[in-house]
Amino acid sequence: MKVFKLIIRNAMRHRLRTFLTVLGLALAVMAFGLIRTLVDAWYAGARIAPPDRLVTRHAVSFTFTLPLAYLEQIQKIDGVSAVTPAVWFGGIYIDPKNFFGNFAVDPVTYLDMYKEIIVQPEELKEVLADRRGAIVGRRLADRFGWKVGDKVPLIGTIYPGNWEFTIRAIYHGRDKDTDETAFLFRFDYLDEVMRETAPGRAGQAGWFGVKINDANRAAEIGAAIDSRFKNSWAETKTETEKEFVLGFIQMADVLIAGLRIISYLIIGVILLVLVNTMVMTARERISENAFLRVLGFRNFHLIGLILGESLAMACAGGIAGMGLLAMTSRLVGQALSIYLPGYYVGLETYVIVVAAAVIVGCLASIFPIQRAVSIKIIDGLRVVD
Amino acid sequence: MADIIVTARNLSKSYYRESLEIPVLHNINLDIPNGQFLALMGPSGSGKTTLLNLLAGIDQPTTGTLTVAGEEMSRLSDRELARWRARHIGFVFQFYNLMPVLTAYENVELPLLLTHLSKKERRQHVETALGIVGLSDRMRHYPRQLSGGQEQRVAIARAIVSDPTLILADEPTGDLDKQSAEEIMTLLSRLNAEFKKTIIMVTHDPRAAEKAGLVRHLDKGELDG
Repeated sequence: MKVFKLIIRNAMRHRLRTFLTVLGLALAVMAFGLIRTLVDAWYAGARIAPPDRLVTRHAVSFTFTLPLAYLEQIQKIDGVSAVTPAVWFGGIYIDPKNFFGNFAVDPVTYLDMYKEIIVQPEELKEVLADRRGAIVGRRLADRFGWKVGDKVPLIGTIYPGNWEFTIRAIYHGRDKDTDETAFLFRFDYLDEVMRETAPGRAGQAGWFGVKINDANRAAEIGAAIDSRFKNSWAETKTETEKEFVLGFIQMADVLIAGLRIISYLIIGVILLVLVNTMVMTARERISENAFLRVLGFRNFHLIGLILGESLAMACAGGIAGMGLLAMTSRLVGQALSIYLPGYYVGLETYVIVVAAAVIVGCLASIFPIQRAVSIKIIDGLRVVD
Repeated sequence: MADIIVTARNLSKSYYRESLEIPVLHNINLDIPNGQFLALMGPSGSGKTTLLNLLAGIDQPTTGTLTVAGEEMSRLSDRELARWRARHIGFVFQFYNLMPVLTAYENVELPLLLTHLSKKERRQHVETALGIVGLSDRMRHYPRQLSGGQEQRVAIARAIVSDPTLILADEPTGDLDKQSAEEIMTLLSRLNAEFKKTIIMVTHDPRAAEKAGLVRHLDKGELDG
């Protein structure tokens, strides 16, 4: 007979209670993991942003545009290796609830800079051959059942009118975190239409993506870009792509902080569930533990049995919870894919769950252990189960 | 003359409830030779179980000295006492104290887990002990699948499996019907007669005491004669 066997049998002594405890732990672990993954997904864009990419936008607000002519001037600044223009189009596909990000970009320079967006060369050729050609993310295409060749009408909001694009390429992400829900179309097409319909809005970019030679010089190069346009009618603000993304995320800081607090509270709930079970266990086993000491078993034996039982339940709950988490996170990820394309459970979350299970298992055993080893044997033997 | 296995001199034990002293044993002097089957009788509250607990090293006397199996108990630390108990004491309780999650075999094997015996050696010991108590065919049964008499026989097998110096039995027939009690007493008598085990048994059942070689009476914490 092995000690491990005794631990498992002890844990299974009250099957219903153990089942409910493990289920409670599993649900709490799942909830913790889902919330933590949500927070992670929120920061996914910032996490994957490489340090050698900057974003230059209008100094006042992201909603103001910059002259397209800035592109050449930025390109001339020391340390800049590439520049690409982009603008938020804000088009609606049939209904506002069908929200997805749509941008006008220069396909060649944009894809050259954002290498995490993978487009097949032959499809890119098709995009370059069609001024209304669009590149859509794999997930976005899946969401609406789009395929190459399909026509996609967008109702303009920032750029009024009914716009129609033809899907010429479907991109996929190089990494798990890459957003595959964007709709990209040709900047020159938007600019051309603007020249015809609203000449005052032509030749404007929403922001410039800037690739630099040396990530360590990001601050210096950013300052050089901004100083180049200082005192102009459209001053710029240049920051790393990570800072740029974090700037958006900060708008939801309070929400994220709240989610973090809830996730920690869930760990507390896990602890209380297990402590409750272990306290009941300790009370029931007082005489049994005393008897083991009569036989010659020592405190460390009892500590091993109680700690082992607590850890066994905590780990069972943790493993079951990770299983539930893996299943539910797919569903949640699909539901949130429009807003949080990077929603998937990372290895770090699983590691945290395992660590939390081990820590909770240890903490929950403290009181039962203290009770088992501190009671006098004769007092323990007097207790009737 | 047989070796003396238990020597108690001026042994007293008192419990304290707040500041109130409750004397339980008073000035006990006792010599028990090896191979003796002693029955301790007395009314409830006379101190029988307390004396047994002192002999088992699970309680400490207030005054006096107690030497069991060559060790003066007061000189042993808790750690040494645990080791000493595992080596020298086999304990049989009124309510068997079997682990409900373990089979008869595993319950009997429990004290051997504290030894350096191999799995094979442990199996031999357990099978022998269960054979002695007549439960070879119940090895895989859990306590809930056994009668009270059978449970107590498993407890006796567990008490003898490590071949202890001393078997202490606290009301071993107290929870049994007449026939089962008879079987248990026959078994203890056999252990004493056939295997020369020293047994100290607390009981207030005169029929059980009849099986013992010597009967001593405790009354209000004092031992007769």
